[in-house]
Amino acid sequence: MPDRTKTYDVLVAGGGNAALCAAITARQAGASVLLVESAPRAFRGGNSRHTRNLRAMHDQPNAVLTDAYKEDEYWDDLLRVTGGQTDETLARMTIRASSGLFGWMKDAGVRFQPSLTGTLNLGRTNAFFLGGGKALVNAYYLTAEKLGVEIMYDTEVTDLNMEDGSVRSVDIRYKGFPETVHARCVVASSGGFQANLDWMRQYWGDAVDNFVIRGTPYNKGRVLKSLLDQGVASIGDPTQCHAVALDARAPKFDGGITTRLDSVPYSVVVNKHGDRFYDEGEDVWPKRYAIWGRLIAQQPDQIAYSICDSKAFPLFMPSVFPAYKANTVEELAVKMKLDPAKVRETVKGFNKAVKPGQVFDNLKLDGNATSGLTPEKTNWARAVDKAPFYGYPLRPGITFTYLGVRVNEKAQVIMDNGQTSGNLFASGEIMSGNILGKGYLAGFGMTIGTVFGRIAGQEAARRARN
Amino acid sequence: MQETDAIINARREMEVCNACRYCEGFCAVFPAVELRREFSAGDLSYLANLCHGCRGCYYACQYSPPHEWGINVPAALAEVRAESYAEYAWPKPMAVVFERNGTVVSLMAAFGIALVLLLCSLGSSNFWVAHGNTPESFYKVIPLWAMQIVGTATFGFSLFALAMGARNFWRDAGPQEKIGPTAVAIALWDVLTLKNLGGGGNGCNDNSEAFSMRRRYLHHAMFYGFMLCFAATTTGFIYHSFLGWPAPYPFISAPVILGTVGGILMVIGTIGLMAMKFVDDPIPNVRRLLGGDVALLMLLAMIAVTGLVLLAVRATGAMGLAMAIHLGFILAFFLVLPYSKMVHGVYRSAALLRRAIERNMKPLGGE
Ligand SMILES: Cc1cc2nc3c(=O)[nH]c(=O)nc-3n(C[C@H](O)[C@H](O)[C@H](O)COP(=O)(O)OP(=O)(O)OC[C@H]3O[C@@H](n4cnc5c(N)ncnc54)[C@H](O)[C@@H]3O)c2cc1C
Ligand code: HEM
Ligand code: SF4
Ligand code: SF4
Repeated sequence: MPDRTKTYDVLVAGGGNAALCAAITARQAGASVLLVESAPRAFRGGNSRHTRNLRAMHDQPNAVLTDAYKEDEYWDDLLRVTGGQTDETLARMTIRASSGLFGWMKDAGVRFQPSLTGTLNLGRTNAFFLGGGKALVNAYYLTAEKLGVEIMYDTEVTDLNMEDGSVRSVDIRYKGFPETVHARCVVASSGGFQANLDWMRQYWGDAVDNFVIRGTPYNKGRVLKSLLDQGVASIGDPTQCHAVALDARAPKFDGGITTRLDSVPYSVVVNKHGDRFYDEGEDVWPKRYAIWGRLIAQQPDQIAYSICDSKAFPLFMPSVFPAYKANTVEELAVKMKLDPAKVRETVKGFNKAVKPGQVFDNLKLDGNATSGLTPEKTNWARAVDKAPFYGYPLRPGITFTYLGVRVNEKAQVIMDNGQTSGNLFASGEIMSGNILGKGYLAGFGMTIGTVFGRIAGQEAARRARN
Repeated sequence: MQETDAIINARREMEVCNACRYCEGFCAVFPAVELRREFSAGDLSYLANLCHGCRGCYYACQYSPPHEWGINVPAALAEVRAESYAEYAWPKPMAVVFERNGTVVSLMAAFGIALVLLLCSLGSSNFWVAHGNTPESFYKVIPLWAMQIVGTATFGFSLFALAMGARNFWRDAGPQEKIGPTAVAIALWDVLTLKNLGGGGNGCNDNSEAFSMRRRYLHHAMFYGFMLCFAATTTGFIYHSFLGWPAPYPFISAPVILGTVGGILMVIGTIGLMAMKFVDDPIPNVRRLLGGDVALLMLLAMIAVTGLVLLAVRATGAMGLAMAIHLGFILAFFLVLPYSKMVHGVYRSAALLRRAIERNMKPLGGE
């Protein structure tokens, strides 16, 4: 058990990717490090344990990435998804640093899948962790332990007590019992607040009762709140969160990747009244899955139903829950507790509106559209007519929140009055909003966490040991 | 295969993996899962025998217990694998032997020794005589014809039973497509290297998140040791039958060198694997299979040890006893061969062959 009477050089609040990168780097720089993780050991690693890849710039192919993905293309992608809500200096610094991470990650025990074997079409831009994010987290914990990072599980950081822009002491609860510990520097890497339903309710009302939280139940934003209450400058829209379409049968927390559903582009999607409400084929799914969370959140009871036939069924990754299956659309509707007559009407109307003679191609925007519907389906529109029929219920699934703390390029936290904190640093989701003010780029969360975790660890160790 | 609880649970877990696919870099199981959306009992038997139990996917799984889904692929597939041994056993009534396999294999070992000792003491007055290294000394204790008849009959039957088991496996869990030479070569390579017992090249997770090559190297020692011993016996047979050189052979001769090196490797491998049972994390495994594993490891270890002892004492008066015990263990091994964990070699190789045949099929969804 770590010695809680001593003053550590660096205390890291959190136990996911960003926290581990900071802790390992600080320890490698010679600092004594205490890592405080609110989850028990079995559930350590926050949302990072649910991830599978990281986005990395590279000028030529390497062992884990194909082709090239250069700074400007990366930056353009980021600009597009954020609509300009980003800080160019921090963003470009992160992008450049992403090309140099592999060596350090491998030394810290992380293994990657060889390029081209990935299931998703991301082999050029994203490097896939062998075994996924939990394997990565496991490797980092092993390395951290070996290096002598002291780790406390089941321990929540409740307050970072600040004075004049510096943290003087840290209040924790170890297995529910309050204590106070001391460190010369603190790195806040405790993620967003999406698991704090009461906080979410302030912006979303009772709809949150129908939200699914995709990741850890431990990201309650306790540290974030403590900091914002003490004059730390905030960044990001507090009301916004990244929301995707999920299988409605997902567990409330920690369902992870397997509950996402890719069926929408090849389906007819209706709300609980059996009405279609949005163009299912607007764009390729990787560019649309994130708007569907919000779309479903705006439907009555925050639920929708995706209906397809046996032609479409093999085209998307399966959900973890078996599809509802029936030989007629009406039967399927009954199984999903929808009005069968209404759903039959909707599907019939849809089938009639599909223009005949189009060539279906699921690998690109094929332009197969309906005509005469509101809303139209503008790609991959094919009649839903080949039994058996398959259905999935859908709910909004929250990945993360955007609200965070403002930082500079040394990962130092910035106060409301514009001054930089003397000894407080931040990395990961808790500061992602500086770079990713809106939208999302697959694999960028882990990139930000790794780059800023390393910087925060380095800077905190340097400051503590001077 | 029957629709048992083990099959139903394995299907549930494979469906989770198919929606997740994070472990696809670890071994052959996940790429095979990605080829299908529905898993018949035969498919699950195939996947179960394809799994090498390296535990990589257990430690990497974000849904492993205490997560409510409790995903534990190595254990789920080990359950199915165990049931598949009984399912494919030939003749069918022998399936019950897999229920208490440890006990059966141990009893057979005792029975084998007792039988050979009994026969020796009944039939030979040369039992306690020191023969030096005179030609045909072994056969003065047990006549060659007796060895050959018993050996051929038991081993022959067992090989036949194994082949019938393989046929049953192939019917239930084999591929639709034809076997090609490339597939055979790939499968052979996977068998000989145990590539899949290595978590994508990093090794197994024996008892923690840390990786280790221990299990793979120990199995190699046991497997290649076994093969060398087999080669030693075969060379001896050729020397004797075709070249007219009867045993015992000098220390510097092919059969003795092969047998000695093989025996030592087998001892290292089997003892090492037994020792690992004490440190292995029990959760990603099935406890009731332990008995059968340990009994076979013990039997193989005893064959090797007694063979080495026989070599050491072959010129002395203890030769008769040492040989009787050694042959007793071998007799037991021949008898239990198709009704012990040894069947795993056959079904695993067959599963690897099916995987090699299917290697060019495209994953469903996700592209
Ligand atoms: C299902 C899913 C899949 C994803 N896939 C990817 C992907 O493939 N690639 C990618 O780049 N991003 C992905 N993301 C986003 C990614 O998870 C995050 O960007 C990243 O994990 C953030 O890392 P982090 O260390 O900042 O936060 P987290 O990993 O969430 O870690 C936060 C840690 O802080 C701890 N904590 C929280 N509050 C306290 C407290 N008060 N005291 C002490 N500890 C506390 C938590 O227990 C946790 O350990 C995915 C997210 C989800 C939900
Ligand atoms: C022919 C191909 C073979 C393959 C692919 C193979 C593969 C494996 C694998 C993956 C395991 C570990 C998982 C488990 O416990 O089930 C194992 C265990 C074992 N194998 Fe093999 N094997 C082969 C042949 C053999 C042979 C020829 C022998 C006998 C010499 C043998 C004896 C054993 C024993 C005794 C164990 C149990 C060890 C333990 O897990 O502690 N195997 N084998
Ligand atoms: S074992 Fe777990 S992490 Fe691995 S593929 Fe299956 S569900 Fe995913
Ligand atoms: S071989 Fe290893 S990684 Fe593959 S399924 Fe079996 S235990 Fe999991």
